[in-house]
Amino acid sequence: MKKIINQPDQVVGDMLNGLAYAYDSLVRRVPDTTVIARTLDPSGKVGLVSGGGSGHEPSHAGFVGKGMLSVAVAGQVFTSPTPDQILEGIKAADEGQGVFLVIKNYTGDVMNFDMAKELAELEDIEVDSIVVDDDIAVEDSTFSAGRRGVAGTVFMHKILGAAAESGASLKEIKALAEQVNNNLYSIGLALSPATNPEVGKPGFELEDNEIEFGIGIHGEPGYSRENLKPSKELAEEFVSKLKKEANWSSRDKFAVMVNGMGATPLMEQFVFMNDIRALLDDGEDLDLVYRKVGDYMTAIDMAGVSLTLLKIEDDKWIDYLNAPVEVIGW
Amino acid sequence: MAQTEKWIKSFEHFSRKITDEKSFLNELDSAIGDGDHGSNLTRGVAAVNEKLEQQSYDNLSDLFKDIGMVLVSKVGGASGPLYGSAFISMAKQSKESDDISSLLSSGLDGITKRGKAETGEKTMVDVWAPAVDALKDGTLDQSVIDSALESTKDMKATKGRASYLGDRSIGHIDPGAQSSAYFFESLLEAGVTDE
Repeated sequence: MKKIINQPDQVVGDMLNGLAYAYDSLVRRVPDTTVIARTLDPSGKVGLVSGGGSGHEPSHAGFVGKGMLSVAVAGQVFTSPTPDQILEGIKAADEGQGVFLVIKNYTGDVMNFDMAKELAELEDIEVDSIVVDDDIAVEDSTFSAGRRGVAGTVFMHKILGAAAESGASLKEIKALAEQVNNNLYSIGLALSPATNPEVGKPGFELEDNEIEFGIGIHGEPGYSRENLKPSKELAEEFVSKLKKEANWSSRDKFAVMVNGMGATPLMEQFVFMNDIRALLDDGEDLDLVYRKVGDYMTAIDMAGVSLTLLKIEDDKWIDYLNAPVEVIGW
Repeated sequence: MAQTEKWIKSFEHFSRKITDEKSFLNELDSAIGDGDHGSNLTRGVAAVNEKLEQQSYDNLSDLFKDIGMVLVSKVGGASGPLYGSAFISMAKQSKESDDISSLLSSGLDGITKRGKAETGEKTMVDVWAPAVDALKDGTLDQSVIDSALESTKDMKATKGRASYLGDRSIGHIDPGAQSSAYFFESLLEAGVTDE
C-alpha cells in the first residue's frame, strides 16, 4: 500500500481538518464530531443531511454549502457513520423546519441513520428521509439487501438542495425525493480495485486485462468479469442494461453523469462520455438536457467509471440541476 | 462472583478474542463483505474497555447500557447497531430478570428487530438463535456454538452486503457469525452460564 497518510486509523479526522481548513469560507467541522456543516447564516429552511462512509470524496462533504447540503456526516473509510455523529449532524442542520436525510441503500447506513432518526425524534426534531437505490447492477429482490445507492445520490443532493434553497417544505422534499429516486438509474465498472487504508490491501483482485461490470462503490461484486474492451463497447454494455430499466422512447429528457471511481483520469472519462453521447443522443435520440463528467462518488483509488441517468419527469428538475451552488465539489 | 463481575470478565474474554483475531475476521469479511469486520469490532471493544476501566457497576442494566451505547457509537457499519441493539435490549430486560437465557433472548430480539433478519440468512442470528435455544434447555456448550457457526458456511446470504454475491456467498463462514461465536464462547469461559 502506497498512500499519503499518517496513522491509517486517523485518516478521516486528518482529512476533515484539511478540508475544513482549505475551504473555511464554505464549511466548518463541528468540534469533536465528524460533521462538516456549512458556514452560512441560518436560512430558516429545511435542513438537508447526507453522509456515509469516507472514501467517496468529494462525497459527501464536498457538496455542503449554499444550494446543496446543510451538513455531511463522515464515517470511517467505507463504514457508515454512527448514530451519535448523525444526530450531531441533524442538530447542526436543524433550523426549525425539519431535517431531511439522504441515505444510500447499504445495510449499515440504513440502520445507523434509522437509529439517529429515532434519537432526533426524542429531541423533538422532525426528520424524514429517502433511501437512494439507483444501482441497477443488483437485482431488486427479497433475496438481497436490494439495490445499492451509488453516484445517482449526487443528483439527489443537487435537486433536493435547490428545492430546499427555494423554500420547499419537508413534506414537499420527501415527495420530490421519492419521485427522483424512482427515475434514477446507475451502473458502474471497475478496472482495478480500491485499497482501504485501514485494511491495507486491495478489496478484490482483477487480472491485468480484466474488468468487472456492475461493481459497487466499495468494491462489492458486480455481475460479470470480462476482458477489457474499447470504451465504445463498455458504453454499449451500460446503455443496453440501462435501457431495460428506464424504458425510454425517442426525445425523452434525461440528465446524464459520467462519474470517475477515483483513479480514472478525466481524459478517459471524457472519451467515455463521447461514446455515451453517440449511443444515447445520436443512436437512441434521447434529449440529454443536463450533462456532467468528473469524480463525484469515488471509491478511494478504484479505477473505473459509472454512468447515471435521471429521467426528467418535471422540467423544474432541470432548473434545480442548473441552479447556482457554493460548494467544493459540484 | 456477582453477575456483573462475571459479565465484565466475559466481555474481557470477548475483547481479547476479537483483538487477537482481528485479521482473521477481516479475512472472513473480505471473502463476502468489505473486509473490515475485525477492524471495526476491535475499535469498539477497545472503547468499551476504556469505559469499563473508568466506571464501576453494581447492576447489569447500567453495564449493558454503557456497553451498548459505546458499541453503537464506535463500531459503525452494520455490526455497531446490531451488537449495540443487543446490549441495549439486554439492559432493558435486566430490570425484569437477570436470568441468562431471558437476557440473551432479549438480546437476540434486539438484533432481529434492528436487522430484520431471520435464521438461515447467513448472519449473526444463525449463531445467536441456536445458542439462545440451547441456553434455555441448559445445553449450551462449545459444540453447539461450533456447529451453529459451521452451518453458516453452506448458507446463501440474503441479508447485508454478502447478499450481493448470491450463490457465491456459499462456502464461506459469515464474519458476524464468527464474532458472535467468540461472544458465546466468552460467556462459557467466564462462567456467566453457570447457575
